[in-house]
Amino acid sequence: MIDDNDNRNRIIGRLDWVTLLIYFTLVLIGWFSIFSAKYNELHPSIFDFSMEYGKQLIWIGIALLAGFIILLIDAKFFNAFSLWIYFFFLASLVAVLVYGKATKGAMSWIEFGPVKFQPSEFAKMGTALALAGYLGRLDVDLRKRKEQIVSFALILVPMALVLLQNDTGSAIVFVSFIFVLYREGMPGAGWLMVIGVVAALLFIFTLVWSQKVMYFILGSLLLLTLLYLFLNKKRDAIVPVILVFGMGFGMVFSVDYAFNHVLQEHQQNRVLVLLGQLDDPKGVGYNVYQSKIAIGSGGFSGKGFLQGTQTKYDFVPEQHTDFIFCTIGEEGGFLGTAAVMILYVALLLRIIMLAERQRSTFSRVYGYGIAGIFFVHVAINIGMTIGLMPVIGIPLPFLSYGGSSMLAFTVMLAIFVKQDANRLNIL
Amino acid sequence: MSRRYNNLSNRKLLVMTVFVAVGVVYLIRLFLLQVIDKDYKQLADNNALRFVTQYPARGKIYDRNGKLLVFNEAVYDLMVIPKQAMKRDTLRPFDTLNFCRLLDIDKASFIERMNKAKKESYLKPSTFLSAVSKENYAHIAEVLYRYPGFYFQTRTVRHYPNAIAAHTLGDIGEISPNELEKDQEGYYRQGDYIGKSGIERSYEKELRGVKGLRVMMVDVHNREMGSFDDGALDRDPVAGKDIYLGMDADLQAYGERLMVGKIGSIVAIEPKTGQILAFVSSPSYDPNLLVGRERGKNYQELQKDPMKPLINRAISGTYPPGSTFKTVVGMIAMQSGTITPATVFHCSGAASLPIKCTHSHGPSPDFANAIMNSCNPYFYEAFKATINNPKFGNIKKGYEYWKGMTSKMGLGHTFGTDIPYERSGNIPSREYYDKMYKGQWNSVTIRSLGIGQGEVLVTPLQLANIAALIANEGYYYPPHLIKCFGDTTAIPEVMTTRVESGIDRRYVRVMKQGLRTVFSGPAGTARRYEMKDIPQCGKTGTAQNPHGNHHSNFIAFAPADDPKIALAVIIENGGYGATWAAPIASLMIEKYIRGYTVREELEERMMEGRITYKNER
Repeated sequence: MIDDNDNRNRIIGRLDWVTLLIYFTLVLIGWFSIFSAKYNELHPSIFDFSMEYGKQLIWIGIALLAGFIILLIDAKFFNAFSLWIYFFFLASLVAVLVYGKATKGAMSWIEFGPVKFQPSEFAKMGTALALAGYLGRLDVDLRKRKEQIVSFALILVPMALVLLQNDTGSAIVFVSFIFVLYREGMPGAGWLMVIGVVAALLFIFTLVWSQKVMYFILGSLLLLTLLYLFLNKKRDAIVPVILVFGMGFGMVFSVDYAFNHVLQEHQQNRVLVLLGQLDDPKGVGYNVYQSKIAIGSGGFSGKGFLQGTQTKYDFVPEQHTDFIFCTIGEEGGFLGTAAVMILYVALLLRIIMLAERQRSTFSRVYGYGIAGIFFVHVAINIGMTIGLMPVIGIPLPFLSYGGSSMLAFTVMLAIFVKQDANRLNIL
Repeated sequence: MSRRYNNLSNRKLLVMTVFVAVGVVYLIRLFLLQVIDKDYKQLADNNALRFVTQYPARGKIYDRNGKLLVFNEAVYDLMVIPKQAMKRDTLRPFDTLNFCRLLDIDKASFIERMNKAKKESYLKPSTFLSAVSKENYAHIAEVLYRYPGFYFQTRTVRHYPNAIAAHTLGDIGEISPNELEKDQEGYYRQGDYIGKSGIERSYEKELRGVKGLRVMMVDVHNREMGSFDDGALDRDPVAGKDIYLGMDADLQAYGERLMVGKIGSIVAIEPKTGQILAFVSSPSYDPNLLVGRERGKNYQELQKDPMKPLINRAISGTYPPGSTFKTVVGMIAMQSGTITPATVFHCSGAASLPIKCTHSHGPSPDFANAIMNSCNPYFYEAFKATINNPKFGNIKKGYEYWKGMTSKMGLGHTFGTDIPYERSGNIPSREYYDKMYKGQWNSVTIRSLGIGQGEVLVTPLQLANIAALIANEGYYYPPHLIKCFGDTTAIPEVMTTRVESGIDRRYVRVMKQGLRTVFSGPAGTARRYEMKDIPQCGKTGTAQNPHGNHHSNFIAFAPADDPKIALAVIIENGGYGATWAAPIASLMIEKYIRGYTVREELEERMMEGRITYKNER
């Protein structure tokens, strides 16, 4: 008995309160923003469950309850059942494809009576768990081909299923697991990131400047490099350099094709709007234009709670879901947005720090996994509202309206906090 | 302990650097967006400003004596912002049903109106139900908060206290897509009202005024937080100009009462100004029917009415003038030097050929006698002689001269003043006859013109103008409705420009004397309506028409020495000119000059008189 009590106290005492504080702060900010965005004076009660803020309150309660239960579950459960959880959510992704309901072009919802779920929100967590469980096995070495293939498969299978739902935003989130692979020492993971960044840059510059200009620039660079190598008598490097530039040319060559055939029309438009190639504030650029106005008009200290003028007339679409950051920007001003931004970065850094102090690989990999997920969500969501990213519909963790994401993000974080609280019990 | 803990842990630095770097880039971007760049603030202001159109009061319309004919009454337009109305579950079937009951529309109509509004704009307000009355407004407004996206906007509708002169005053209605397209200035918006007919149409620009604008700041609760920029952008509406008509409301009402049960028209003109004193088209309708929500329904009903009350017969009805036209024929004959007042033509009475005479007078009437008795052969001969006059070279040139003279007298064309939808009547062209008779025609072929029959067609307005120009002894002012604006604005010049008829004063005087005898002469066709104290001049007409009984026509003016009123009366299928048109004209004269009438028996007979129309057209 004494042991049990002692154990429980230890757990509570060992919870990382920095993380939890940031979490609660963000949830609170999120709920107040939703309240402000959807405020209706005919339904002023925060418990009016016909209103979004009332519904969100329920979801927050459910999420907290789920988080609390997770803190009570034995920490080893998640490691032991990681693959089962993973397969469960894979199955739910398949179920969505079969039985799901389409919302805004994406087939990502499944209904249980009155409640709608978005399994893709949970599949990310499942993937993080599975990856952690797999890499946490003592016999797994990421330098081996087979282990690399299995790791990629664990990531790519759910990603492909989400893509099949036409939910590009959620699919992109799976890219974040590159951080995990990099941290766990997969050879080439770093290069993969570099290549990814270079490819993205080539893509952007080609769209902005056209292929001819890019051929000219790459050609000139190649000649200069070759001249340099020749003069410095580093002939060994000539072949790799030519190969690398060949890849570059190939990239540029395929940009048009990729743009026109891989991206769907609305995605093309969003990219063009972002790059300033398409100026259509009333059409495809409407969201971003209005979003920037809302945030920009907040000024330094904002217009004050419930005083946002862009919200009432619904100038910003999806104000309470994907564009919730606008409400913060308008009513909280730069002080508000900076605070939220800093809270997120602090949360990410805190998770990395906690991950690094884990004794088990499982916990560390899982920590990196969710840090990556949070990071991509935050970077893309806020980036799109301030015109640094194309419009990709994924929620802002803990802030956006939506039950699935609130529950999934909370559970995701709670599992990690539990692992961390339990770290000393691991030998 | 982890296998790779030691050698790989510095990789966390890169990951953390990426996180921090993105955070810093975003913070910089936010700082630029929110603190440095001021543009967005302005753009947001534009977003959060509500532009409220201020509708000016439409000008009122008075009669010549300042009696109010048209004024404005407040009504309320129910507006809808589809997006706000459609979102959430606010419009469940149950609510819709209640809402329809509240507005007294059916569900199909609700859906139709909603779709129309959505088509117009999803985000901006459109008119959902226009011109809700004050009573209904109070009733609906009370519970309107239950239906988000709906709100009331105040507007005014026209009200007609006397319910007279419907055709003259005209009506206003929602602008049609066609009219919207023609609006070069871009003044009108969908749902705006515009003058559709009558005075409302002719003086649309003056009556409507200029819309104003209030730029309001709106907060998150949709509350107006006051004027933007202290009202720097606000524009006050400019009220429309009031209009005073030449019409005498009492005379108009009297004319309308006289015309009850008859189809036709009375046009009375003040000869000295060309202002129209009375403009009656019968059957008429209550102008209050074409106002507000019921306008569409009532309009359709009026349109279906076989008596066609919507037609303004004073300008749209074209009639053979019959014998009233002899004034025109006679004056041109004198003016062309073909006849003198002393000229005598032979008349064989009923045996005359090719046109018989219906009157009994001596065998050789002179001009005065011919007018008094309305001798057909005399004017047929006079007409023939005019266009055969050797001084024109040939008959076709003679005819062109003759047509030119009628044109100067205001026939065969519109006056183009302020009366919309005027028709020009018909004085056939020489080319018309050339074509019709393949060039083989002469004065006998077209002899019917001499007595106002055949192809010649006039509107009551043109006929009244003939009376006016004879009253004026040779000139006229293009007949028009307006007397003046409520302010000092001058009325268009065309209405104040004297037009010469081309007939010398001395000949018109001869005609005038002749017309006097129609009342005063022993054989005058209108002698029964002579009043001792008001010397009247006039000319009867009994126009054959192919559709049924003769039209009863009359032109007149009085007092003879200083004419204050000139008029034309046409009673469709009324038979002889002297039966209906002449007494009605005489009563109109009496009413206008005296202000009251003493011939009670005649008045009653005219008012009670009903003409049966076998050929309801």
